[in-house]
Amino acid sequence: MFELLRRIRRTGILDRPLPASDSTDPAMSGLQENLHAVFGRALRIRHVDAGSCNGCELEIHALSNPYYNLEGHGISFVASPRHADVLLVTGPVSVNMEEALKRTWEAMPEPKWVLAIGDCGACGGIFGNNYATRGPVSDVLPVHAVVSGCPPSPQRILHGLLQLTRQLDTDELPASR
Amino acid sequence: MPTEFLEREGTPLPANVAVRRVVVDAAQWTQSALSLSGLDARLLALWGADDRDVDGAFRIFAAFLLPDHVLLLQHAMPAATPVYPSLAGWFPVADRLQRAVYDLLGLKAGAGDARDWLRHGGWPEQYFPLRRDVSLTQSFPVHSAPYTFVPVSGDGVHEIAVGPVHAGTIEPGHFRFSVVGEKVLRLEARLGYTHKGVAKRFEKMPLQEAHRLAARICGDSTVAFSWAYCAALESITDTELSRRAVALRALALERERLANHLGDLGALGNDAGFAFGLVQFSSLKEQLLRLNQEAFGQRYLFDYIVPGGVATDLITPMVSTMLDETTRLEQEVGALRAIYDDHAGVQDRFLDAGLLSPELAQTHGALGLVARACGIAQDVRIDLPWPPYDRLRPRRVLRIGGDVAARVQLRFDEAMESLRLCRMLLDMLPEGPSRVDVAAAAPGRLGLGLIEGWRGPVLIALETAADDRVRRCHAHDPSWQNWPLLEHAIHGNIVPDFPLINKSFNLAYSGHDG
Ligand code: SF4
Repeated sequence: MFELLRRIRRTGILDRPLPASDSTDPAMSGLQENLHAVFGRALRIRHVDAGSCNGCELEIHALSNPYYNLEGHGISFVASPRHADVLLVTGPVSVNMEEALKRTWEAMPEPKWVLAIGDCGACGGIFGNNYATRGPVSDVLPVHAVVSGCPPSPQRILHGLLQLTRQLDTDELPASR
Repeated sequence: MPTEFLEREGTPLPANVAVRRVVVDAAQWTQSALSLSGLDARLLALWGADDRDVDGAFRIFAAFLLPDHVLLLQHAMPAATPVYPSLAGWFPVADRLQRAVYDLLGLKAGAGDARDWLRHGGWPEQYFPLRRDVSLTQSFPVHSAPYTFVPVSGDGVHEIAVGPVHAGTIEPGHFRFSVVGEKVLRLEARLGYTHKGVAKRFEKMPLQEAHRLAARICGDSTVAFSWAYCAALESITDTELSRRAVALRALALERERLANHLGDLGALGNDAGFAFGLVQFSSLKEQLLRLNQEAFGQRYLFDYIVPGGVATDLITPMVSTMLDETTRLEQEVGALRAIYDDHAGVQDRFLDAGLLSPELAQTHGALGLVARACGIAQDVRIDLPWPPYDRLRPRRVLRIGGDVAARVQLRFDEAMESLRLCRMLLDMLPEGPSRVDVAAAAPGRLGLGLIEGWRGPVLIALETAADDRVRRCHAHDPSWQNWPLLEHAIHGNIVPDFPLINKSFNLAYSGHDG
């Protein structure tokens, strides 16, 4: 038990200083502040894997690690689409997931937005269109913003969320917020 | 024994491991299955091919993993009656594999479950996408097809249906639990939701580019799949890689194993109510991924493995950075392991949960991590070592418990062993080019790539066409073998333990669905 507590203390808080691999990246904290300013602590996300290879999921998971600390900044993933503001969709939409994806979208309360993640979600990626895939998410649902990359880094996904919030900033933020 | 032909006949096939191909008729197909089931053989993969354009026949292939080589059975059927004898009586995993072969190609197994597996109504019943007379891009509106789960009846039995969309950030699949109170009587999974028609997409792709598609069959195993693809192509074209390139590939493969094990160890702690574990391990994983980005230009090593070698060389300063990281990780993982081991609450959740007996694992042909946690010594890196594993000689790590605790311990053991291998690879990194040219391939050649990924052995069977293009490429993930075993492991456990047990298997959806 003692070792456990010592370790928690030693690990400290990791989310601020990012050894930025790309120096043009605004600091993580800036991004998070921006998100916070728009959504307060109330952005709820529902993720649907509509046919991804699981690569994008790994990066969405990474958003919750202490370096990105998404939840610590008030953005969290929810289990039910009925509690969600944003639908994060990964993958080229597989024919076998088309219906489930549409139903998830329909279950979300207005106002609601779709963020398509990864090259697959954005443009179909390497899989293209065939008997089993529909291609980009925008062929199945209205898409408000996309994050390209294969898989996109957690930073880029955060940027995508920001882009979405900026868009909302200028037009149609829900009155209740 | 009427199966002497099995030993007598057969020709070696291009592959990174020893493979022997035996061409059989229907009777020999069955006899072989019977005699192989008596040996220590496991069915590795099953796939079909449409060769009507060549000789008017359909073909079915079955790859078996034997202690010292892979045996590939090949059986041709006339186009008018594409039926072959079922293997499911001896190799239970064949059941779902045969259903998938039917959905994609219309070749029918003589017996067994005839329900659709990959086809959920997204394309017509009599449309078989992998037939050569079918266009590459045709698509259809969905007519959702009903699926009959095996019913369980009795006093107080009810069903819980979960998925395909799950509560967390997980791949899609449907689970049908039959329960009494909170006890699970039966679990039946329905998969195929992420089926992307990968095999069709492979058709006609340039051989030297299709490794990028192989890398995207299963994102968490991108190194394993792209290596398997490249190994098949390089074997077909007789490409000799530099020792440096194979060492760098092994470094990438072990780092992939490490990243996944670190992620799983954290998630398993979390599922047992120990969020501390998730925080710690996900931080370690993130550090590893960042070093990957710095050293290889890719966090998950997508497209790092390319035909003829690797995409970028490792610069010398990175070698010492990685060695330092290895030392640090050894200490950190060791310290966290002590914390997990000492934590009574966590161990209480791990012990005896999701117990899989060695007998069941054996008869169902378990593969990889799941097999090794039941004491079954299966590891292609050790059993059929390909370069550089023939020189590296990984240590065999086994656990015999068969429960969540054993799968956790095995991950700790394997993470430490991977760190040791990384250290050896970095210490003795040979000189040489990181990539060599791959010559154009002759058409009509078949080659295999078999790589022990972090879940278990992944297989690619590659057949070439004219103009240096893919004729047929079949990919197989070991999750096919292990999904049915998850259904057994949950039996008798309580529903709330399912996430933990499921995580301890951590099987692929996309890798399975294809
Ligand atoms: S964008 Fe890349 S990582 Fe994401 S699902 Fe597609 S292939 Fe996988």
